[in-house]
Amino acid sequence: MSPVLRVRGLTKHFPVRRGMLRRVVGTVQAVTDVSFDLAEGETLAIVGESGCGKSTIGRSLLRLIEPTSGAVSLDGEDVMALDARGLRDMRKRMQIIFQDPYGSLNPRMSVAETLAEPLRLHGLAGPDDVDAKVAELLETCGLQPWHAGRFPHEFSGGQRQRVGIARALATRPRVIVCDEPVSALDVSVQAQIVNLLQDLQAEFGIAYVFISHDLAVVRHMAARVAVVYLGRVVELAAASDLFAAPRHPYTRSLIAAAPRPDPDAPVDRQQVAGDLPSALAPPPGCAFHPRCPMAEARCRIDRPELRRVGGSEVACHFAERAPDRSPAVERTRSDALRKRLAVLQAARDNTAEDAAHA
Amino acid sequence: MSAPGDAPLLEVRDLEVEFRIDGHAQRAVQGVSFTLHRGRTLGVVGESGCGKSVTSLAIMRLLPQPPGRYAGGSIRFDGQELLELPEREMRRLRGGRIGMIFQEPMTSLNPVYTCGDQIIESLRQQSGLDAAAARARAVELLDLVGLPSPASRVDDYPHQLSGGQRQRVMIALALANDPDLLIADEPTTALDVTIQAQILDLMGDLRRRTGAAVLLVTHDLGVVAQTCEDVVVMYAGRIVERAPVAALFADPQHPYTIGLMAAVPRIDAAVGRLETIPGTVPPPWARIAGCRFASRCPLATDQCRAEDPPLRDLSPGHGVACWRAPIEAAA
Repeated sequence: MSPVLRVRGLTKHFPVRRGMLRRVVGTVQAVTDVSFDLAEGETLAIVGESGCGKSTIGRSLLRLIEPTSGAVSLDGEDVMALDARGLRDMRKRMQIIFQDPYGSLNPRMSVAETLAEPLRLHGLAGPDDVDAKVAELLETCGLQPWHAGRFPHEFSGGQRQRVGIARALATRPRVIVCDEPVSALDVSVQAQIVNLLQDLQAEFGIAYVFISHDLAVVRHMAARVAVVYLGRVVELAAASDLFAAPRHPYTRSLIAAAPRPDPDAPVDRQQVAGDLPSALAPPPGCAFHPRCPMAEARCRIDRPELRRVGGSEVACHFAERAPDRSPAVERTRSDALRKRLAVLQAARDNTAEDAAHA
Repeated sequence: MSAPGDAPLLEVRDLEVEFRIDGHAQRAVQGVSFTLHRGRTLGVVGESGCGKSVTSLAIMRLLPQPPGRYAGGSIRFDGQELLELPEREMRRLRGGRIGMIFQEPMTSLNPVYTCGDQIIESLRQQSGLDAAAARARAVELLDLVGLPSPASRVDDYPHQLSGGQRQRVMIALALANDPDLLIADEPTTALDVTIQAQILDLMGDLRRRTGAAVLLVTHDLGVVAQTCEDVVVMYAGRIVERAPVAALFADPQHPYTIGLMAAVPRIDAAVGRLETIPGTVPPPWARIAGCRFASRCPLATDQCRAEDPPLRDLSPGHGVACWRAPIEAAA
């Protein structure tokens, strides 16, 4: 099956200008040579820490930021070659949702207006059926019909994210770029939005590029994962392989560092020392070498290319040396938690039954 | 959760905090009680608006008044009632015997002073060191918290440091005068996971070395599980469950605690579809006669809707504010 989204060599370097003449004094290498395929209805996660370039990747895909070079094709169509009209049409098929929809929703437009705009713009609704289509979108995203008349500031964070999702969904896109969609939400609300995204994917076959720093959410959502460090993909693998046997030392330390909600979980901290280096002057050789516990002389000179190791692609000279044991030792929920969830669920079912009889 | 015979370092009893907004008193914290002993770490966990940060600010007497108001209760620190302490003495405690770490060090460090100056000032004020001794001690502290090249970094301004480095400076500042109590409000929430791991390990290390008690406010059950010995779970201004950490995770009793645990995806387990808690947190101005969680709880009965459940011990040290606990009996 041909991929719905195909990305090759995506690169975005921002010039840094200084002084009165705005001379270029350097380049921020935000994203360099990123390639991946996204299959229909699939979720590919892009994971990394702040400043690694993951959001720049997301925005470059839609040309919200103009990439420096590289190729993006959506359903075989060359996104880079599109003119303004073509771009508008493309964005019907590829949408984006952000961490804080507040910044992307017009505060002076009601939810109905926000949702009606893309429907009209793309000729998906006329004056007769626009209200019905808006109501349908609201319902699909777990909102009430009377929310249509409300304004963004009247919503909680979780509801606002539902509005952002409804707007993205309005044009029935093939791909949605999700840029940290649940990072600002409380865990109970995060669970609702994660479930909603999964339901929408199952119903409409949407493919997600899921940008996140949270590996637990990524494990839960994604079929494949690209780990990004200083603008480059350092590991690209099926989620099951990545969490069972991470091969890049950076992936290993990310997984090891995530706190487990389980006091008995073995703590296997292969701590990376220090901070993320500046993208203005990435270290020579492997960009991870100053923080890497496995680094050798070669890593300081010779930048490892992404290469196939087992079922994964890894950019590390010593990927074969990675231990087979994952730092994420598999655990299960405690028996007590499972038993109690069953009690709560049974009570919920009873209530629903009573309500149905009443 | 107390070592018998040992007086607690911090004892919060029946704390009530209100905010007066638009002429209405809104209860932010209601009947909160807990104790913290020397050398222990107590986690306060809950979602936005549960009152966890207000509780920590209340202990430090940093609530903005007005609109904030202490409506009742007591906060005893090493036997001394903080709510009756003159502001001058309270200021001596803060940064002295009580150290503080906040989520965003950029807003708690003064941008126009170097990192060193802020530590030096605190050392001179609190411990009466002379300038040279204070500077030497500041460098020593920055080294202790793992700031690279502390002898030169001591003269850096906060904006010259990364987020993780700023948090290290914040910790150095909090520890400058050997506090007995460290209050950390979401100390790693703004940091990346690899940096979070470094900071949590550092805090654990320092606690073991100094014997300080830590009150850790967080939304993250993972952070609680890996750093705390005891935990209180807050919901809508109240403590709904209180237990040693191992007991809370092995035997969660309050339906809210259970819901919260089941809502988190896990990096180390396949959990299937995430559980959600239907409905929303009641707003702080809502007058609720019964349990504040009742409207979202599948086990709620008429009693739950009418009477507020007290926090009662199911087993020694494990308290639950739920009429239906223990839950198996409710099945």
